Amino acid sequence: MKQEQFEQRYQLVWERLEQQLDELEQFRLRRTGDDLPVDLPQLYRQLCNHYALSRARRYSPQLVGYLHRLVLRGHQQLYTRRGAWLWRLLTFIASDFPASLRLNICYFLVALALFLLPALLVGGYCMFDDTFIHSLMSDAEVSKMEEMYRPDNARTGRTLERSADSDFAMFGFYIYNNIGIGFRTFAMGILAGIGTVFTLFYNGIVIGGVAGYLSSLGYTDTFWPFVSGHSALELTAIVISGAAGLMVGRGVISPGRYSRLDAIRLQAGRAITLVMGAGLMLLGAAFIEAFWSASDLPNGVKYVAAVILWIMMILYFIFAGRGADGTR
Amino acid sequence: MNREMSPLTDTVRRHETPEGIRLELRLAGPVVRACAWSIDMLIRAILYGLVSGIFAFFGGVGTSVMLIMFFLIEWFYPVVFELYNGASPGKKAMGLVVMQDNGTPVTFSSSLIRNLLRAADFLPFLYAAGLLSMLMNRNFQRLGDLAAGTLVVYRETGQARVKLAAAEVRRPPVDLSVDEQWELIRFAERCPQLSQERQIELATSLYPITGKQGSAAVTEILGYAAWLTRGNR
Repeated sequence: MKQEQFEQRYQLVWERLEQQLDELEQFRLRRTGDDLPVDLPQLYRQLCNHYALSRARRYSPQLVGYLHRLVLRGHQQLYTRRGAWLWRLLTFIASDFPASLRLNICYFLVALALFLLPALLVGGYCMFDDTFIHSLMSDAEVSKMEEMYRPDNARTGRTLERSADSDFAMFGFYIYNNIGIGFRTFAMGILAGIGTVFTLFYNGIVIGGVAGYLSSLGYTDTFWPFVSGHSALELTAIVISGAAGLMVGRGVISPGRYSRLDAIRLQAGRAITLVMGAGLMLLGAAFIEAFWSASDLPNGVKYVAAVILWIMMILYFIFAGRGADGTR
Repeated sequence: MNREMSPLTDTVRRHETPEGIRLELRLAGPVVRACAWSIDMLIRAILYGLVSGIFAFFGGVGTSVMLIMFFLIEWFYPVVFELYNGASPGKKAMGLVVMQDNGTPVTFSSSLIRNLLRAADFLPFLYAAGLLSMLMNRNFQRLGDLAAGTLVVYRETGQARVKLAAAEVRRPPVDLSVDEQWELIRFAERCPQLSQERQIELATSLYPITGKQGSAAVTEILGYAAWLTRGNR
């Protein structure tokens, strides 16, 4: 068939498809699957056929280019996921996230060990030797920590400099700082996991050291009630971010039966679920830290709330999103 | 020579779709992507300035909103735009778009992966790790792209199709191979973009076949192209 006959015969199909694509491309985020025109897949397959023919018959570059652009646009509209954002978020929290953590529990345990062991060791040592903390942090940082949790500090958990800031301001600060740390812990995993291991280890040492040191100074009534409330969400989320980083690192170091690039992609796809969950947990932790931990409630109440939070979180990770057959 | 088979030194990547056809994706190199990033950086700097300028006057809540905005700008600025139309404003300005490596639009998790991993790509300074990864990889992917399975490609922008100039149909005097036919049609399509002199120059190079020179040669070849696309009608 000569090119011009070909064009004349199918022009209407192409125009119709083009029109449908124009409409679909206008609102990418809001659209749901129901809005897809019924004959779009059929028109698209027809177009693919025409594109292949036009190439095989060496029709003119402009026609081939036009059909290729149309094919690409159709491909993008047909093979995409649409809408239901809220529903996907809810199923993510209700089942995907805890199920994915259970599936990757080994990485979580390794990350936990990397974080907890140095924390306990250094923390325990700092309780007996109150000069050791100065080997970990600069003098300025140590005195800042002391200032934050000194019993005569009216605003526990803040330096004098920040004491005038409202709870809201601290909420913003915790989001900016803590979620950023979580994300970075994950991102560094692509450097063969070394960055993640280092971050977990370092955070373990510093957090353990500070806790041990402040306990040895006898600031227990200010430090522990303050940190206990958000500890469940915050510490667990950092370890989960670490687990996600280790998953990517595993893909780099030991790809197994996959090619290295495929392994990295596969592992990152699995890990991102954990990162998103950890981000949400850190958001919750920031809220608790700013408005609950910093409040003037009696220490007993704060301890009870902290224990309840820990228990609820552990139950959530054990039971949420299990299938009826208990496989997940 | 068969064009389809010979590997060209080219940055076009092909992906075969379930319909059995090959999509062609033209990859973007480090330089154009650096330009896009610079534009984005400028926009972000302006956003940072605006946010801190406005919310500095609203006390504690203002500081909170400001820090949350900083957080969102730092991590989610590219994600939001990539989900909305496939490219951050800088990329859009440079005519680039982010895609999955199978030619479908970038998904939420892929976009998140590639943008969180910027933190690693940036190391040790100014995307050195990312550049190294791009140069070692045949698809110009930085670490974030590798992990997310995404490509940064040029957005396809085509010229409108033009009707071939009306010319008297002429049958070519010799048998033409498919590729030769293709070249003749391509010449006819490009004619409106060429100057008169260049048209004549190119057409005259076929003197041994057409036996014509000057604008007569152009008309002759347009006639062949018309015969090839239209037939004897």
